[in-house]
Amino acid sequence: MNKRKLRDIIGTKLMLIVTLFVFILFFLIFFLLIFGSISVLEHASIGELLFSSPWNPPKNFGLAPIIIATILVTGIALLIAIPISLMSAIYIAEYAPRRVRQIIRPFIDVLAGVPSIVYGLCAYLFLVPLVDNYIAPWFGVRSTGLCIFTAAVTLAVMVFPIIISLCVESFSAVPLALKEASLSVGATKWETVKKIVFRASAPGILSAILLGFGRAFGETIAVSMVVGGVPSIPESLFSPGKTLASLLPRYGELITIPLEGSALILVALVLFIVVFLFNLLGILLLRKAKKRWSY
Amino acid sequence: MIISVCIVLGSLIIIFGIVTFNGASYISIEMVTQTPNPNDALRGGILNSIIGSMLLALPATGLAFLIGLGIALYLQKDFTPSWFSGFIRFTLDVLWGIPSIVYGIFCFTIMLYFGLGGSILAGIFALTLLEIPIITRYIDEAIKMVPKGLKEGAYSLGSTKFETSMKVIRKQAFPGILSGILLGLGRGIGDTASILFTTKATNRIPTSLLDSTDTLPTTIYHSYQLPTGQPKAYAAAFILLVIVLCISILSRILSKKFTKHVIK
Repeated sequence: MNKRKLRDIIGTKLMLIVTLFVFILFFLIFFLLIFGSISVLEHASIGELLFSSPWNPPKNFGLAPIIIATILVTGIALLIAIPISLMSAIYIAEYAPRRVRQIIRPFIDVLAGVPSIVYGLCAYLFLVPLVDNYIAPWFGVRSTGLCIFTAAVTLAVMVFPIIISLCVESFSAVPLALKEASLSVGATKWETVKKIVFRASAPGILSAILLGFGRAFGETIAVSMVVGGVPSIPESLFSPGKTLASLLPRYGELITIPLEGSALILVALVLFIVVFLFNLLGILLLRKAKKRWSY
Repeated sequence: MIISVCIVLGSLIIIFGIVTFNGASYISIEMVTQTPNPNDALRGGILNSIIGSMLLALPATGLAFLIGLGIALYLQKDFTPSWFSGFIRFTLDVLWGIPSIVYGIFCFTIMLYFGLGGSILAGIFALTLLEIPIITRYIDEAIKMVPKGLKEGAYSLGSTKFETSMKVIRKQAFPGILSGILLGLGRGIGDTASILFTTKATNRIPTSLLDSTDTLPTTIYHSYQLPTGQPKAYAAAFILLVIVLCISILSRILSKKFTKHVIK
């Protein structure tokens, strides 16, 4: 066995080890979270924890109001982000002249790189007073500005660049011949976009939305800065709430209280499982969509 | 459509406007060259946070790059059957989606188990785990783009799989690898949640790996609501944004520069 052969074997084995490390890491996180949440699960059953109210540690750990607020915030954020991002992506990929596209793309990339704490700070300085003074009174509600709606808008802006850049990529990957065929049988540009480009890139759009969902669902810092932090069922969009992820920053202080620390680990476990399930769903849907809309 | 584009670009401009408007006026030589004054919260600077951020993000990115390169090279068809690489890619996607605070909790728990508590080491550990999926997926995409003929050329000259990976594929995919690293660095330097309690907070410049430290994001998070802390928080946000912007521009320039050396 010569030196090169030996080096090849060692290198390959090293690569295998780091690859398996990812795999091990995945299970290690999972089991550590389960292990950590055992003590709160002994305190109450999982069904009780997830569907009861209120969240009032150290006595009651009902996650229902927090889950409702999380669904509201994430849902509204996506409701705002999806149409705007899709429209922008279509414009960038199909309509914009080359030069405009070259100017816009770097801006989107920069927006994607802005740290979440900066989003949070900007929302706190700009959006909170705006909602407090103008938007909430406009709907006839009183609000401090620290509310579900503010958090949702912040998240929507954070999700824009993810959905846009992924959608632009999958729009540009649609073969030119497909578009030309549609245009040559008399379809207008918009019809072509709607019926050809959208369908051909449906799997791509889907995975972009799922990724955006993941980001919105798990965002911790920016949301905890603007959502208000009252763990009760929100009465309206302009009342404060608390999301699953925004419970967690206090873990550092609460670790000394075993039961409460354990409850927060349970929350982390819930986040982990939801992200896992959505990724699984995404892969299954993608496979189906690829079969249905293959070209 | 143009309205949506305007909304997106407008939000970016608003973010930059707010941070610059609030932060730029607090930037002074004192702010970037001194540690916080323990007696007067309004005096002193945030040098310890800047150094802390660098001490965490740079080693973490280096580690994540080494691990990520290994994984991405191993995911090629030459090494693994496709069912296994598909499985690993799925695992990486899930790891990418996990909120960063979960990594923070994970690392903090492990460190407590070893009796270490919050330290720079724990922070580097958390950031590395956070960056691995990002960097790996980027390198993976870049490696997928390497033309098959190039690999076959290397093999036919008698080089082993490992030599081909390290000498041919790595060089060909270099622009993609570089932008992956810089993206990971940008993500790592701006992430708050994973290092919020893994590094603890302190006013001093850290001297050892087991010291606790402040970072730019945690400085913002701890002091944006206190009237006396706001100047520092705004200044930190401004510096952070400038760093992220520089990384983004650097990534563009470098990948353009290195694309020249890539065989088309």
